[in-house]
Amino acid sequence: MIELDRLSVDIRGTPILRDVSLSLAAGEVFGLVGESGSGKSMTALALMGLLPKGARATGAIRLDGEDLLGLSERQMCDRRGRVLGMIFQEPMTALNPVQTIGDQVAETLLIHGRAGRAEARDAARRMLDRVGLTADRFPLTRYPHELSGGQRQRVCIALVIALRPRLLIADEPTTALDVTTQAGILDLLGRLVREEGMALMLITHDLAVTARIADRVAVMEKGRIVETAPTETLFRQRRHPYTRALFGASTHQPDRMPATGDAPLLSVEGVVRDYRLPRRTVLGPTPMFRAVNGVSFTLRQGESLGLVGESGCGKSTLTRAILGLEPVQAGRITLGGQTISPAMPNAMRARMQVVFQDPYGSFNPRHKVERLIAEPFHLTGRPADAGKRIDAALREVGLSPDDRHKYPHEFSGGQRQRIAIARALITRPSLILLDEAVSALDVRVRAQVLDLLADLQARHGLSYLFVSHDLSVVRRITDRVMVMNAGEIVEAGETAQVFRAPTHPYTKSLIAAAPTIPEAWREEETADAG
Amino acid sequence: MTRYLLTRFASLFATLLAASLVIFALLEVVPGDVAAVMLGLNAAPEAVAALRDQLGLDAPLVTRYVTWITGFFTGDLGTSYTYRVPVAELIAARLWVSLPLAIYALALSTVIAIPIGLIAAMRAGRPADSAIMGVTQLGIAVPNFWFAMFLVLIFAIQLRWFPAGGFSGWDKGLWEGLRSLTLPALALAVQQASIMARVTRSATLETLDQDYIRTARAKGLSRTQTVLRHALRNAMIPVLTILGLQFSFLLAGAIIIENVFYLPGLGRLIFQAITQNDLIVVKSVVMLLVFAIVLVNFVVDLAYAAVDPRLRARA
Repeated sequence: MIELDRLSVDIRGTPILRDVSLSLAAGEVFGLVGESGSGKSMTALALMGLLPKGARATGAIRLDGEDLLGLSERQMCDRRGRVLGMIFQEPMTALNPVQTIGDQVAETLLIHGRAGRAEARDAARRMLDRVGLTADRFPLTRYPHELSGGQRQRVCIALVIALRPRLLIADEPTTALDVTTQAGILDLLGRLVREEGMALMLITHDLAVTARIADRVAVMEKGRIVETAPTETLFRQRRHPYTRALFGASTHQPDRMPATGDAPLLSVEGVVRDYRLPRRTVLGPTPMFRAVNGVSFTLRQGESLGLVGESGCGKSTLTRAILGLEPVQAGRITLGGQTISPAMPNAMRARMQVVFQDPYGSFNPRHKVERLIAEPFHLTGRPADAGKRIDAALREVGLSPDDRHKYPHEFSGGQRQRIAIARALITRPSLILLDEAVSALDVRVRAQVLDLLADLQARHGLSYLFVSHDLSVVRRITDRVMVMNAGEIVEAGETAQVFRAPTHPYTKSLIAAAPTIPEAWREEETADAG
Repeated sequence: MTRYLLTRFASLFATLLAASLVIFALLEVVPGDVAAVMLGLNAAPEAVAALRDQLGLDAPLVTRYVTWITGFFTGDLGTSYTYRVPVAELIAARLWVSLPLAIYALALSTVIAIPIGLIAAMRAGRPADSAIMGVTQLGIAVPNFWFAMFLVLIFAIQLRWFPAGGFSGWDKGLWEGLRSLTLPALALAVQQASIMARVTRSATLETLDQDYIRTARAKGLSRTQTVLRHALRNAMIPVLTILGLQFSFLLAGAIIIENVFYLPGLGRLIFQAITQNDLIVVKSVVMLLVFAIVLVNFVVDLAYAAVDPRLRARA
């Protein structure tokens, strides 16, 4: 039905895509996987005729025999939304914030002249029902900011399927969503494809997601498709070295020793954290929201403890309380026996450092690496051998001492995360909080950073509190894990045990929702290696 | 929404109260005895004392403050020291020139600025954009009095379409009044429109970078449809901010243009009052301007909420 024939794209002379050929049949789910910069999204934008300025496409994109590359912009406008639909990664920003969801869904019909106003409104209602947003809770007059990420992604799907396009392209549609929400969206997409006979091109960096719903998968590397095969065949055989590398990285198990020490390092006892909400009436009482409700746990010296939960469960709030950034309303947090509070002395803060998710946003772009890494010295006073320690920290994270004179923009995402780890190490802390520290990284880079973390832990006896929504990562690098839901720890225990036999219903639903590559498909890996 | 309105109202009154206290206090500490100035250097002390009494200058501070504020509601703001006419009448007459002039100039500026700002944004980096950016740069750089004289030379002296100066008054009909305000309004609008066009352009460019624009394009909207249906309203917030600031400026800041066109506006009134130490006029005109500016900001706040549903929800 749709066929890409030796599609190549250049942007101002730089090759972006090279000889991309693939085809999709109606009712088929086609997975396109690869790391960032591999050309997955460019392939989608080329299909939609929405390539950035200065881009030139050659080859052919045939939809039911018609070459889309030969069409004028006006003709493409007619095809987009009617026969070609696309949804994007970031549902939080994908909808116009000042228009109601009803108007945004109805617009697809109006713009293509397929319905009058009243008719379009009725159709919008039907579409929202179709994607699971019912009239009682989601009237057409709702605005996007009143909806959660998963609900917004459902609105995006509704507006894209309103005209039953022949091809639906979904570019990382669930990457920004929680696992249970992700499962819901993937199921919805799968159902729509079957019921409407659409073709779905699912673009993702996550092999497990394609394993869950794709019929066929293509692997992209540096603008080329290196391997295309039915999903199961691709996962079992892994013909191309790049496919093997990706597969290996996504199931990579860092070489780490289980924690041995018994000495408690961080102790959290009955911690409660309340937030004020805006008042409902002018003089009424201030309503409170309990973000963390009676949480207790102990983190031992040299141990890796995972904290998993979905967005809004309170894990970030708990993290901020542990860092002593916000006061707690009840309970006590101690580090090495001393109480943590916003008023604690700097020397204590120096014993605990943090690495955040976003390697792009957490550095001042105008500071050099040297200054960024030395920042925590304001807690301890700048030691005489500061220069040496900066060099040592850079070497420890696998960078070169010469990198100290560079600016953050000169580094890749993985390297920046290494800089963030070097910054965390500089005060020689005993505890490092890793707040979604590898979530933004590509699988291969992620595997390297996880190795680095395991290595540093072994060398320095560090303790990690690993906060993440990504169950597969937590599973691979923690000794114990805690599952948080609605401000409470609902289950805690040895990581292997919790994942093998979860007891709490919430943990069960979380593990069931997380996409995984079936065990059976992995086996041949050992056969290959042997 | 009610909450939003109430908080805006509360802040409106608080600002007005604070401003009135500051204005009153400032003019109290200004040196110089008004009565002595009015009667000249050789006045007898008794005469000065009598005048002070007549002007109510000897009353306690609080009484004078309250009298002044209540005067705003009753229309009795005292008598000008130099013109010897009621201040309220003086201000009202000038307001009938300045307010229409400000609105006229702002309307012209908006009508010019928003379309050309949008065109520049849609053609960013292309010749049309460069041309608009160049012209608006010039519009900001050229002083408005120079531009005013230029307009007078062409449209008043050469073409004789509009009067070169003076104000006919509204008695001769709306058209005559507008005719005498057209050149001044245009002279004022050029600079304001240049600023607003640039703000519109950059705000629109910023919204065109947003994800929801990509969604709209994927639905099949053309570039122009995307701008008009999705980008414009989202770009309005910074534009509204500028609009509010410009109105406030135009109301009182048109003094040079008022001089060029010999218009009896508020700017000239306040300038004369200051040079003549006519503090009672200064006090009330300044308060009136503060009131107008606070009111404009209030309206702008309401406009924000009308444009952006998230603001309605937050408050």
